[in-house]
Amino acid sequence: MLIIVPIKQVPDTNDVRIDPETGTLIREGVPSIVNPEDRHAVEMALVLKDQAGGGKVVVVSMGPPQAEIALREMLAMGADEAILLSDRAFAGADTLATACALAHAVRQLGQYDLIICGRQAIDGDTAQVGPQLAEFLQIPQATYAQDLRLEGGKIRVERAVEGEVQVLELPLPALVTCLKEANKPRIPTLKGCIGAFREKPFQVWNASRIKVPLEQIGLKGSPTQVRRTFTPPPRGQGIVLTGDPQQAVQTLVQTLREKGIM
Amino acid sequence: MAISIDKNLCVGCGACLKVCPYDAIDLIDRKAILNDSCVHCGACVDSCKFKAILSQAGEGPRKDLSEYAGVAVFAETRGQGLAKVATELLGCGRALADTRKVGLTAFLLGHRIQGLAKDLIAHGADRVVVVDDPRLAPFRTAPFARALTSVIQQQKPEIVLIGASGIGRDLAPRVANRLKTGLTADCTGLAIEEGSGLLLQTRPAFGGNVMATIVCPHHRPQMSTVRPGVMKPLPRDDHRQGTITEAKVTIKETDLRTVVREVVRLAGKKVDLSEATVIVSGGRGVGGAKGFEGIRDLAEALGGQVGASRAAVESGWIEHDHQVGQTGKSVSPRLYIACGISGAIQHLAGIAGADFVVAVNRDAQAPIMKAADVAIVGDLHQVVPLLAAEIRRARKENAA
Ligand SMILES: Cc1cc2nc3c(=O)[nH]c(=O)nc-3n(C[C@H](O)[C@H](O)[C@H](O)COP(=O)(O)OP(=O)(O)OC[C@H]3O[C@@H](n4cnc5c(N)ncnc54)[C@H](O)[C@@H]3O)c2cc1C
Repeated sequence: MLIIVPIKQVPDTNDVRIDPETGTLIREGVPSIVNPEDRHAVEMALVLKDQAGGGKVVVVSMGPPQAEIALREMLAMGADEAILLSDRAFAGADTLATACALAHAVRQLGQYDLIICGRQAIDGDTAQVGPQLAEFLQIPQATYAQDLRLEGGKIRVERAVEGEVQVLELPLPALVTCLKEANKPRIPTLKGCIGAFREKPFQVWNASRIKVPLEQIGLKGSPTQVRRTFTPPPRGQGIVLTGDPQQAVQTLVQTLREKGIM
Repeated sequence: MAISIDKNLCVGCGACLKVCPYDAIDLIDRKAILNDSCVHCGACVDSCKFKAILSQAGEGPRKDLSEYAGVAVFAETRGQGLAKVATELLGCGRALADTRKVGLTAFLLGHRIQGLAKDLIAHGADRVVVVDDPRLAPFRTAPFARALTSVIQQQKPEIVLIGASGIGRDLAPRVANRLKTGLTADCTGLAIEEGSGLLLQTRPAFGGNVMATIVCPHHRPQMSTVRPGVMKPLPRDDHRQGTITEAKVTIKETDLRTVVREVVRLAGKKVDLSEATVIVSGGRGVGGAKGFEGIRDLAEALGGQVGASRAAVESGWIEHDHQVGQTGKSVSPRLYIACGISGAIQHLAGIAGADFVVAVNRDAQAPIMKAADVAIVGDLHQVVPLLAAEIRRARKENAA
């Protein structure tokens, strides 16, 4: 069984701060991490591989050379092979151009059974690359998976959305995006870490290696463009009530009545 | 790349039909013809033994953007009715259509849903295009993607809005890809740029730390998913006039490979904060699961729902369905009461749509206090029970 897991290296948005003077992002000193939900995707793949009685889990990432460390970390977790898609030509990609590059890389890997992505990346929160990749490859998809099982050559997926769970059955190959509720990612062992750097195959592929037309990737292949970024404007200041709580509460209730809210 | 078929060379063998991943080739009068689904991927070129399929390198088919006009929304349904986000999209779509001086169309897809068309008109649509097909219930990605793509190709709107719900976020990326156009996720602001007439699509990025405005200048339609709970629906007006038409789409056998075995409604703890009119939320300041009893009691006194900050959810005091903010729900109640919540930017991102915000916090300097219409500086363990009692007293007085 060949399972492919596309992963992304992201800035830890918990640590992103805004420069109060200029209103711009301070990225300096912000650590890069593996997108949290992508770890769950790798875990899901590793469990499934065992269930299937063997196979291979390949992690793929499109990113700058530094993204190597994110891929090595996933090798340490237990993935078998890693491929880094790195080329200046990929830069500036929106979700469509990213999915396009990933699709071409997947085609280079031959016959695969399953692609598992994290639900979304914490820097963009778009949740678009998974479904767009499935569309390029013309395979069925199940997003928001909280559970995934192999059943007689097909997969059974529990898709959790808005107060309901859909139980889906998909033929293979298929693409699944997974929720963090699905599992608890394993911690790399020391042996895993050594293997990740010494034994396991790690390759860097450029645009020509994946045979992708240059006009379909990077900035050129991106229909959307960022016009501007800014910090959200604050809401205006209202009434501040200090002192005796009973008094404050009465004033509040009166205000609510006057405004017709109560 | 641009693909074309030379009719004189084509013998009608049909070999190309089998290799086309998009079902984009039809055999008509023993000739292969490209249909609307063709994305010029080139997969068919080598399949033709007669060299009838030509591929031209270069810029690809430049779409004539002026062909596209009008604003369209995807009218998501829920159970027997419309999803709330459908009416929100109409509210915002109406404003965009009026600015562009064009019509507003709703695409209504499903089975036995025609009855909802008049609701869409009452909420602002000029036109409703209905696709009724038993294979469109319950929701499945592939048949919906096929149907929605076809309707967009037939109608050619310049703007398409889809709710950023579990269904919309599953469906929209596939449709945008099939149309090879841009898609902006989870928009919280939409406007028309003066001069260019482009759709300005604003959304939070980097965990809500910054907002980004995205445009899609050279491709049509311009597509966005829109965060539920942010846009305001128009009041229902049954006197509004509009037309209802049926569209024909061809759903393929291959679209039906996914089987929905069952749909389990999570009964009991059904919280839908995005539709609540009053929300009382607790944060880290509440201090524990037990502390949420006071919050619940206040919510009950007001006939509202209980919300929470991420800190409270991550401490395990309350389930994730209750989380308000960037990674929780966006809410738009008439009244939002934040108790023991500092008002981090990611939390505030979720309450931008609230009409009236009350904050209870010990710290007068907390950011939430500057965002509140009424800020009470004090200990929530004192203030919350007093407030619940005062509200119950006022209610009684009203009733008497
Ligand atoms: C990518 C990302 C996404 C996020 N998404 C969300 C999200 O969706 N929703 C969300 O809420 N957060 C989100 N966060 C987290 C957010 O940044 C804050 O950490 C979180 O909102 C803080 O929760 P809090 O206000 O309850 O806790 P704190 O910031 O710890 O604030 C507690 C407040 O309670 C007050 N207090 C304490 N005791 C009392 C008392 N007895 N009486 C009155 N006041 C008291 C304190 O003065 C303080 O202001 C996100 C963060 C990131 C990085």
